[in-house]
Amino acid sequence: MRLARHLPLTSLAAAVAFAGQAQAETELTVATVNNNDMVIMQSLTDVFEEAHPEITLDWVVLEENVLRQRMTTDIATGGGQFDVMTIGTYEVPIWAERGWLSPLDNLPEDYAEDDLLASVRDGLSHNDTLHALPFYAESSMMYYRKDLFEEAGIEMTEQPTWEEVREWAGKLHGMEDDLAGICLRGKPGWGENMAFVSTLVNTFGGRWFDEDWNPELNSDAWVNAVQFYVDLLNDYGPAGASSNGFNENLALFSRGNCGMWVDATSAAGKLYDGDESAVADSLGFAPAPIAETPKGSHWLWSWALAIPASSENQDAAREFITWATSQEYVELVGETEGWTSVPPGTRASTYEDERYIEAAPFADFVLQAIQDADPTDSTLEPNPYVGVQFVGIPEFQSIGTRVGQSIAAALTGDSTVEEALDNAQRATERTMQRAGYLD
Amino acid sequence: MTSLRSTNAASPRRSATSKKVLLTVFGWSVALVIFFPILWMVLTGFKTETAAIADPSFIFSPTLESYQAVQERSGYVRFALNSVAVAFGSTLLALLIAIPSAYSMAFLPTKRTKGTLLWMLSTKMLPPVGVLVPIYLIFRDVGLLDTRTGLIIIYTLMNLPIVVWMLYTFFKDMPKDILEAGRMDGATTFQEVFFLLLPLTLPGIASTGLLSVILSWNEAFWSLNLTSSKAAPLTAYIASFSSPEGLFWAKLSAASTMAIAPILIFGWMTQKQMVRGLTFGAVK
Repeated sequence: MRLARHLPLTSLAAAVAFAGQAQAETELTVATVNNNDMVIMQSLTDVFEEAHPEITLDWVVLEENVLRQRMTTDIATGGGQFDVMTIGTYEVPIWAERGWLSPLDNLPEDYAEDDLLASVRDGLSHNDTLHALPFYAESSMMYYRKDLFEEAGIEMTEQPTWEEVREWAGKLHGMEDDLAGICLRGKPGWGENMAFVSTLVNTFGGRWFDEDWNPELNSDAWVNAVQFYVDLLNDYGPAGASSNGFNENLALFSRGNCGMWVDATSAAGKLYDGDESAVADSLGFAPAPIAETPKGSHWLWSWALAIPASSENQDAAREFITWATSQEYVELVGETEGWTSVPPGTRASTYEDERYIEAAPFADFVLQAIQDADPTDSTLEPNPYVGVQFVGIPEFQSIGTRVGQSIAAALTGDSTVEEALDNAQRATERTMQRAGYLD
Repeated sequence: MTSLRSTNAASPRRSATSKKVLLTVFGWSVALVIFFPILWMVLTGFKTETAAIADPSFIFSPTLESYQAVQERSGYVRFALNSVAVAFGSTLLALLIAIPSAYSMAFLPTKRTKGTLLWMLSTKMLPPVGVLVPIYLIFRDVGLLDTRTGLIIIYTLMNLPIVVWMLYTFFKDMPKDILEAGRMDGATTFQEVFFLLLPLTLPGIASTGLLSVILSWNEAFWSLNLTSSKAAPLTAYIASFSSPEGLFWAKLSAASTMAIAPILIFGWMTQKQMVRGLTFGAVK
């Protein structure tokens, strides 16, 4: 009798307790890479959780290559360990085609999908539907020391060519102690030296594959481009260039050890920051140099947030990724971390914001470079693949790394450029045959 | 005549002394070369990111900003507790399985014992990545992904061959007569193992356990692949500070120092037992 009397009250209390528990129950596991922009996103966890008390964020931060392997294992086996994954323009179309990613259609109106830069949006779409939302995007461009250029009587052109760059590197090299005329990536890897070399080959008129997927790695364009790269680095590059990746070159340039550097636009903010860079006051920017054609002379890459189809928290994950890639988030970072720290390259509105333009004088170059890059038409002659500095097929990771190793061997003098490219051609042919692209 | 003899006697003594000095210098040099990367890592942890990429120097103004940043970004304690749980848990489990196995192989061998031992060791020759997908699928199906239990099972399996082999070697060095005497006095097998074998081979068991703890603590492949957030140990913690894009050297060094500190202190405290165990039975 007493129980019956208290039953409605007890049930209500239980329901409230249960509802409270259910509300706080959605725990999102977010896998991401370790770089400055992602660290900022992680540090803003509290802001998101305060606005969405029903969701808590759990971060898995790993080095890029480790993360890629970890996420591939999980998504390919349907492990369901992650609710949000940080992936790049290389993975999105491949994973979307296999049905591993949830399509991101019907985005809320206030997300302003039209504000996303077209080239970036296209790179993250499959069958015209977004499968990942861009967190930040980058292209490549040239950085140079204005003080040295002035001292050497060199005038930067509006669109430098590689021939000019070679001539300038000769003049700059050794002007100061430990000063290399030019710094470029040399460390082997599909995302390391091959990101740069691919753009060089593109502008020299080469391509990875012809329209029937036959590799063209020992074509004249490849030999010319790679010979140019090897000679340039050996004559005017820093010592031990074959072990320099993005980080090493960033360190060299920011210490004042490079006259010029062609690399990711994402380095601009760091080089422009006087606390991190000794050359902030004399930093100059220019478009990536060209040779035979401007096509594919600078790359396009975007780190984006995607939801694996195996995630059990689709709605909460969508809530998070639309927040982290929104205009509101850009505003939040600008206000809390400073406008040079804003994730670049994704939204047109960022480049219309006076506060950003004032803080980041490199903004125009970055925007122009990203808008010009066309992953569907990146080579002089037609090709069957999507991607500027990579080929959007699953086999490319191993092909790119293998070719990168051959080119690094040519750079260190362990083989000639012709030998390196013949080896690369044979290895690539074998891989493409095994994968069924060739008979 | 006397002086001649004394000169002759002094010469080999002097050469023995100089050999000793030379060996000492060589020993210290090798130790320094091995220790230098650790020292450099510790020093880099106390630098700013800008100083960490500047020309290498021992002179700098130390700062704790990297340690602070590392601590703010991720909960060190959670990762450390996972490391402690899986390293000690797997070692305990491995010893529980390995002691009876090594006992039977050492004292009750069959003609297949040697083959079994070699087969066990051969499993260590398979690259772990070769079995990653099957193990991942099994773990997914039984719900062991991102759990401490899962890692303990994997580490136990990973270390079991070495643990069995080491214990087998230590047990083999035990005079059988002692166990026989116990049996004559009416001891059961359990009593024989528990009251005779284990106390007598304790240094060996301790050093085997310590080695297993260290191997589990340092293991990175399985911990990175089978955990995500809840059961991730310190190896995953270090990996989160490595980056091909962005400067994180000082923070990476600070994180690595914090990750190796517990096992370094533990190794330091137990080095006597470890050396005693590893040389146990070496001189008969």
